[in-house]
Amino acid sequence: MKRQRGFWQKGEPFVWATGAALAVTLSLTVLLLAVVSWNGLGVPWPKPLALVELNDGSQLLGQHVETESDAAAGVQRVKFNVANREEGAAFVWIDQSQIRIQSLPADAMVVERETNLNYHGFLDELVTPGLDVVPDGSVRDRLAAALDAVRSRTRVEVAPLKKQEETISRELNDTVKYQKVEVEYRAKLLARASREGTDESRLLADQLRTLEARESELKQRAFQITQERTGLESALRENVAVFRNAAGQQRPIALVDIVRFHCPNQMGFLAKCGHYTMKVWQLLADDPREANQDGGLRPAIFGTVLLVFLMAIACFPLGVLSGIYLGEYARDGLLVRLVRVAVNNLAGIPSIVYGIFGLGFFIYLIGGSLDQWFFPARVDAGEPVFGRGCILWASLTLGLLTIPVVIVSTEEALRAIPRGVSEGSYALGATKFQTLRRVLLPMASPGMMTGFILAMARAAGEVAPLMITGAAKSAPIPVSGEFPFVHLDRQFMHLGFHIFDISCKSPNVEATKPMVYVTTMLLLLIVIAMTSIAIYFRNRMRTRYQIRSI
Amino acid sequence: MNNLIHRDAPDGELSSSNHGQPKKPLPAWGPAAAGNDARQEKLPGNAQTDGAAQPGEGVAKTVVSGPIADPIVRARNVYLYYGNAAALTDVTMDIPRGQVTALIGPSGCGKSTFLRCLNRMNDLIDNVRTTGRIELDDQDILDPTVDVIDLRRRVGMVFQKPTPFPKTIYENVAYGLRIAGIRKKSVLDEVVETSIKRAALWDEVKDRLHDSAMGLSGGQHQRLCIARSIAVDPEIILMDEPCSALDPRSTTRIEELIGELRGDYTIVIVTHNMQQAARVSDYTAFLYEGVLIEFSDTTRLFTTPAVRETEDYITGRFG
Repeated sequence: MKRQRGFWQKGEPFVWATGAALAVTLSLTVLLLAVVSWNGLGVPWPKPLALVELNDGSQLLGQHVETESDAAAGVQRVKFNVANREEGAAFVWIDQSQIRIQSLPADAMVVERETNLNYHGFLDELVTPGLDVVPDGSVRDRLAAALDAVRSRTRVEVAPLKKQEETISRELNDTVKYQKVEVEYRAKLLARASREGTDESRLLADQLRTLEARESELKQRAFQITQERTGLESALRENVAVFRNAAGQQRPIALVDIVRFHCPNQMGFLAKCGHYTMKVWQLLADDPREANQDGGLRPAIFGTVLLVFLMAIACFPLGVLSGIYLGEYARDGLLVRLVRVAVNNLAGIPSIVYGIFGLGFFIYLIGGSLDQWFFPARVDAGEPVFGRGCILWASLTLGLLTIPVVIVSTEEALRAIPRGVSEGSYALGATKFQTLRRVLLPMASPGMMTGFILAMARAAGEVAPLMITGAAKSAPIPVSGEFPFVHLDRQFMHLGFHIFDISCKSPNVEATKPMVYVTTMLLLLIVIAMTSIAIYFRNRMRTRYQIRSI
Repeated sequence: MNNLIHRDAPDGELSSSNHGQPKKPLPAWGPAAAGNDARQEKLPGNAQTDGAAQPGEGVAKTVVSGPIADPIVRARNVYLYYGNAAALTDVTMDIPRGQVTALIGPSGCGKSTFLRCLNRMNDLIDNVRTTGRIELDDQDILDPTVDVIDLRRRVGMVFQKPTPFPKTIYENVAYGLRIAGIRKKSVLDEVVETSIKRAALWDEVKDRLHDSAMGLSGGQHQRLCIARSIAVDPEIILMDEPCSALDPRSTTRIEELIGELRGDYTIVIVTHNMQQAARVSDYTAFLYEGVLIEFSDTTRLFTTPAVRETEDYITGRFG
């Protein structure tokens, strides 16, 4: 009896249980972070490029991906990334027993290309008719010099033309096109009212003619510039580097198609570090290439941050105000309790439901009505402005999704303040508003920040509602130098959606696997960074408005 | 109103006119209070006036030692209900100007509730209803048209738990002025300094006025709260057990401070500590179950209490 009390009633096993539960959850979290960062962090690191000779005499040049042992068959199989997509599968499985010799030739090269992803091979020669490249130095140095030369020629000759083309196409596709849509719509309205032949319709017809003239003029100019550019480009395309693959086949690759190249087998540690940094920078600063399989993530990063930012602007004031009403002004009664239950339950609704709501309410109803009132011509032409998915509706949908968290935490924070503090303020002749503004809200601000942090973390990771309300596989960043600078009516890229896209919808799932990990890691990092900033501010508020128990 | 209603007329006009609830008779007053008759005989003899004859004038049903010459507050027939439960029953008393009045009584007797009537703090609680009159300089402060904000500036309050705001010491004291719209720095500086000095806190905080008030000790917090009340220059300061959360040393300081403030301010203090009431107050009121039992000057109440219950309470035989 006595021993039993000693053991069970002291609660020793309970301590173990609580400790074990904490340990399990912690290790799961650590495992998650470890898996993501192990797979993600290693991606930009240059891997050795092995020349593998098989028993049947064939050769391949590839980077080791993974080794798998098939216990049933008793063999080990190795997966190589042999790239060179135009020559066949980029990933091959080889039985360990089939491999005769494996070597790391120093001059094996990984070439990153604009199209068809990487090429693995050896550089044979340079054909540079239009460039004056110093003929001496190693082939690799000459390739680097030739690439520089091609790039500077592109920058000087092609880039300005491209810029002109962009300006023209913007005028064509934004200004002139929509002006035409507008005029045509008004003409149509007149026609419907059978008022053709009036002055007004003649005026419209004039306008339409002017616009059409402007349009054809612009098209003409664009055509000329494009021709000039393609001419220049095809001239540049004659500068090629001829590569040879493991099987000895030669393949010329135009220098303009080469993004960069490196010889992983002869890189030292520092060189590898440099390469790593450069790849990470590319990830952050470049646009995606080749259907998101390669290149950077800049628009997705930007879209994610902007989305969360807009979401915060939309939901934080609304949530805090509602929380203040519930916590301070509402008299406790059946209705208020029902509202509270409803708010709490709102937080539990699956996010896709919010997505559907966003589609039905924001896009179709609000966006559709806005278009009806302000852009009837665009609706008529089948090109709605707000009546389709865009970053505005996506962020508002997310705001709706996260607002319950903000409301609940605001209310809780206000209720946690000792009654004496507010009474102390009232006793000095303060009104309710003065008490709220000068005492209660500052004291509740750390609690509100907690709600804000939770809301932000949830919003940043949410994908399902975005798929319906405006996230796109590929879109430019919705900010530009033109009025209104932040284009809320545009679609956007999002890291979460990007992960879904490249992991499930990509034509080449195997090749994008590293990108999936990298993107996941980046999403995690961004969420952690944003919440860390918020936590920093919360801690500052906490020290400033500490409530010491007396 | 008849006198001694609290024990003899549980179903008198009081209950029928106000809430229709039969009033509970008082329990036995400890071992010494065996006979009801003894008390009944004693009370009418000591009552100053016969309440039944003059309701609203002087005192009814309560034993009072003498008329108060120039009262600042006249409470007349104050009833207070939380929902349907009466917390105060027919409290009628005058609070002397410039003096310290202590309210004593066992827990739940309504002394804090009565105190909170004086600056209408009970308004903050849902479901509270107050009837009767409380006149502050001839104005009925229970009148719903009274500006509560203005009233609370005239009647300051210090609470049981010190409630400094999470601001600097300076801002804590300047709070009442700032919410009153005073922004002039010279005025604020001056008032803050004099208030803190009056609250006997100046020497301890003069070098760190702009540090957070949360860093002070409990006793300093309470004096800060007193300084904060003084800053808005009230006529009355209500103190709701101001020392119950403090150590003896801080308690002594607060008591000394109350002594220093006497004369300039009318102080009404609720306390559980009868020695404290005896030390600091000029007048003492004893309440039990929402009824004012006895109200007289402190010396008399503690030396020759007129009512048996008071005697039992102050001698510790009950409560």
